[in-house]
Amino acid sequence: MEKKILYTVSIYTENNIGLLNRISAIFLKRHINIESFTTSECEIENVFRFIIVVEMTESGIEKVIKQIEKQVDVIKAFYHTDEETIFQETALYKVKSNSLFEERHIQNSIKESNARIITVNPKFFVIEKTGFRHETDKLYNDLAPYGLLQFTRSGRIAVTKSKMGISEIINKFKNQKKKKK
Amino acid sequence: MNKMKKRKKISGAEAVIKSLLKENVDLVYGYPGGAIMPVYDEFFKFQHKVHHVLTRHEQGAVHAAQGYARSSGRVGVAIATSGPGATNLVTGIADAQIDSTPIVCITGQVPAHLLGSDAFQETDIIGISMPVTKWSYQITKASEIPDVIAKAFYIAKSGRPGPVLIDITKNAQFEMFDFKYKKCVGIRSYNPIPKIDKNKILEAANLINSAKKPLIVWGQGVILGNAEKEFKSFVEKSGIPAAWTILGASALPTSHELNVGMVGMHGNYGPNILTNKCDLLIAIGMRFDDRVTGDTSKYAKQAKIIHLEIDPAEIDKNIKVDVPVIGNCKDSLRMLSKNIKTKSYKNWLKTFDDLMKKEFNKVIKNDLIPKKKGLTMGESIMAINKFTKGKAIIVSDVGQHQMVACRYANFIESKSNITSGGLGTMGFALPAAIGAKMGAPKREVVAVIGDGGYQMTIQELGTIFQLQLPVKIVILNNDFLGMVRQWQQLFFDKRYASTEMVNPDFVSIAKAYFLDSERVEVRSDLEPAVERMIKSKKPYVLEICVEKEGNVFPMIPSGAAVSDVRLD
Repeated sequence: MEKKILYTVSIYTENNIGLLNRISAIFLKRHINIESFTTSECEIENVFRFIIVVEMTESGIEKVIKQIEKQVDVIKAFYHTDEETIFQETALYKVKSNSLFEERHIQNSIKESNARIITVNPKFFVIEKTGFRHETDKLYNDLAPYGLLQFTRSGRIAVTKSKMGISEIINKFKNQKKKKK
Repeated sequence: MNKMKKRKKISGAEAVIKSLLKENVDLVYGYPGGAIMPVYDEFFKFQHKVHHVLTRHEQGAVHAAQGYARSSGRVGVAIATSGPGATNLVTGIADAQIDSTPIVCITGQVPAHLLGSDAFQETDIIGISMPVTKWSYQITKASEIPDVIAKAFYIAKSGRPGPVLIDITKNAQFEMFDFKYKKCVGIRSYNPIPKIDKNKILEAANLINSAKKPLIVWGQGVILGNAEKEFKSFVEKSGIPAAWTILGASALPTSHELNVGMVGMHGNYGPNILTNKCDLLIAIGMRFDDRVTGDTSKYAKQAKIIHLEIDPAEIDKNIKVDVPVIGNCKDSLRMLSKNIKTKSYKNWLKTFDDLMKKEFNKVIKNDLIPKKKGLTMGESIMAINKFTKGKAIIVSDVGQHQMVACRYANFIESKSNITSGGLGTMGFALPAAIGAKMGAPKREVVAVIGDGGYQMTIQELGTIFQLQLPVKIVILNNDFLGMVRQWQQLFFDKRYASTEMVNPDFVSIAKAYFLDSERVEVRSDLEPAVERMIKSKKPYVLEICVEKEGNVFPMIPSGAAVSDVRLD
C-alpha cells in the first residue's frame, strides 16, 4: 500500500463564490477528510489562495490536483510536503482569570511556549500561540488540567520554499490578449 | 445638441435573447414558468429570429439540446424556470458533463431580494448542479448578462466541452441597462487547449514505429476535436487496427478495413481479447471508463500505452500510461502522422479476423440470421441499416437495445451515433432524437429505444407532433427491462425482481398523438415495415416485438478482465 502523508495544497483562484463548493466537492466525492482549510486574498489583487491540508497518497493527491486545476476559475494548484513549505497555525485558549493568578504553572507554560496573553479581564484571559501543531497541542495539554473555557485553532497557513509563478501566468495571459488585439 | 445617439436601454430579458443571437443561436429548447417569464416575453417578440421549441418536460428540453449539440457540433441551449424547472434539467446536465456535450442551460430564479428566503419555486440550482457542470454562474444584475453569456458559450464549447448553467434572478431580467456584447476569447484561469509537447510526439512515434502488435482505441475526442480526417490518415498510414468506445463510434466508417469493432463490456470479442495481447495501445480521445477497461489491474499490462488527450486530468486517472500526449488530437494526430512510418500488420490483423469469425459463429449469426421464431434486436438493426443504407443518425437509449444498436449499426458518416454513454440515462433517446434531427435536418434520424426507456420520456411524442418533425422511432419491445433482466439471469439466479413490464399499446399511444405507427410481430413483416417507416416523410413510430429473454453477448462480467470476455 502506498503511504499516506500530509500535503499542503495551494490553490490560486479567481474570486468566485461558488468555487469553494466545487473544491470541497472534489475532496468529498473521494472521501478525503480535510484536515485544515484557510482562504484569503493573496499577494496579487483579486486572486485568492486556498490552503488545504490533507492526508493522502502521492498518486491520490496528483489526481486531485488535476481535478482542481480543471475547474475553470482555478488559475493553478500545487501540492507540497511539510519539508517544502514554511507553515504555521494559531490557537486561542480562554482560561478563567483566577487560574492565572493562582497557578504558577500556567504562567510558566505561557513563558516556555512563547505564547502571548492578548486579553485579560476580571473573568477570563485569552492566550494566543502561533506555531506548529505539536506546539499548540503541547500548550493545550499543559492548560487543560486547569480548565479551558474555550479553545480554537486556525487552519494552516503556509508559504512555499519554491516559486509558484502565478504572476507569470497572469502576465502571459495579458500579453496573449494584447497580441490578439 | 449631442450628435451621438444615446444608446437605448434594454431589459435583462431582451439582453438574454440578444446575447444568444450574438452567439448565433437560432434554436432553443425549453419550458416556461414564473421566474423566467420576462425572457419568454422576449422569445415571443424575437420568434422570427429564435425558434423556441416547447418540450413536454424540462428533461426533454435538456436532452434535445444535447442531441442538437451532438449532431450539429454546435452548442445546445435549454431554458427552464426556477425550482422544479431547474431541477428537472439536472439529469441532462449530468449526462452532458460525463459525455462532454457542449450545452448552455439558462434557468430563471426568484428575485435577488428573496434569495435564501425559501420563496415560491426557489431552489439552489447553482449548488445542486455544481458537481455536474463545467461552470455555472448566478446573475443578479442585468449588467452581468452579456459577459456571463459570452463566457458560458466559450466555456461550453472550448477544450473538453461540457454543460454550463446560468441562473438569472427575475429582477435582473426586468432591469434596464446599456447592452454591449463582446465575445469571450479567453479566460486567464482556463487553458482549454494545452500546448502539445513535441518530445512526447517523438516518443510516441518511436513506440509506434517499433511496435509489432499495436492497437488503437479511439473515443469521442476524435469527433469533438473535429479530427476525423486526421484520425483516418493516421490509421491508414500507420496500418494499425483501430477499435472504438461507444461514444467514438462512427468517427471511422464501420466498413473501414482497419476498423476492428467496439471495445468494452459488450464490445467485440477480438479487440477485447487483444487489448491484453497487444504490445502497444494507442488511446485517442478516450478516458478508460470502467465499462471499457474491466478490471484495471488486468488491463493491457503487457503493453506500452500512449494516450492522446485534451484533458490533463484524464492522464493516469484510471490507467497509468507511458507516453501522455496532452492537447487537441486534431493537431497531435497530424504531428504524429508526420513522424511515423507507413506500415501494415497482416498477421496481427488476421488474429482480429479469426476472433471475429469465432464471434460470428457463436453470437452474431444467431443475432442477425436467427433460426428461432422470436425476432431479435440484431435483425431489427440490420433492417434499419438496409433501408437507411447506413446514412442515418442512430439515437439510442440505454440498455440491451443500445448495445445491439451500437454493435450492429452501419455507420458511414461521423456524428451518426448519439447515445447516453457515461451516465446511462434511460429516457435520453426520444428527446435527443428531436434535437439530433433539428441539428442535422437533412439527415435521417432513427431513434432506437427499449420499452422501458421509451416510457420515461414518452411525453415528447407531443413535441414531435407539434413540430411535425420527421424522426423515425423504433421501439424494441421485449416487455422487460432487458439489461437488468439479463444480469438477473446471469448473476442473480433468474430472480426477475421488478424487471417485467406490462406495457400499454404503443401503437395506440402514437396514434393518439396523431403519429403514423405500426407494430411488427413476425419476421416476414419486419423489412417491409422498416421500409415503410424510412420512406415516410413524417414522424413514424414502429414497435418491433422482439424475443422476451434475448441476451447481449459478448460480455465482460463487471469486475473481470477484458480478456475474460464471454461469448455465452
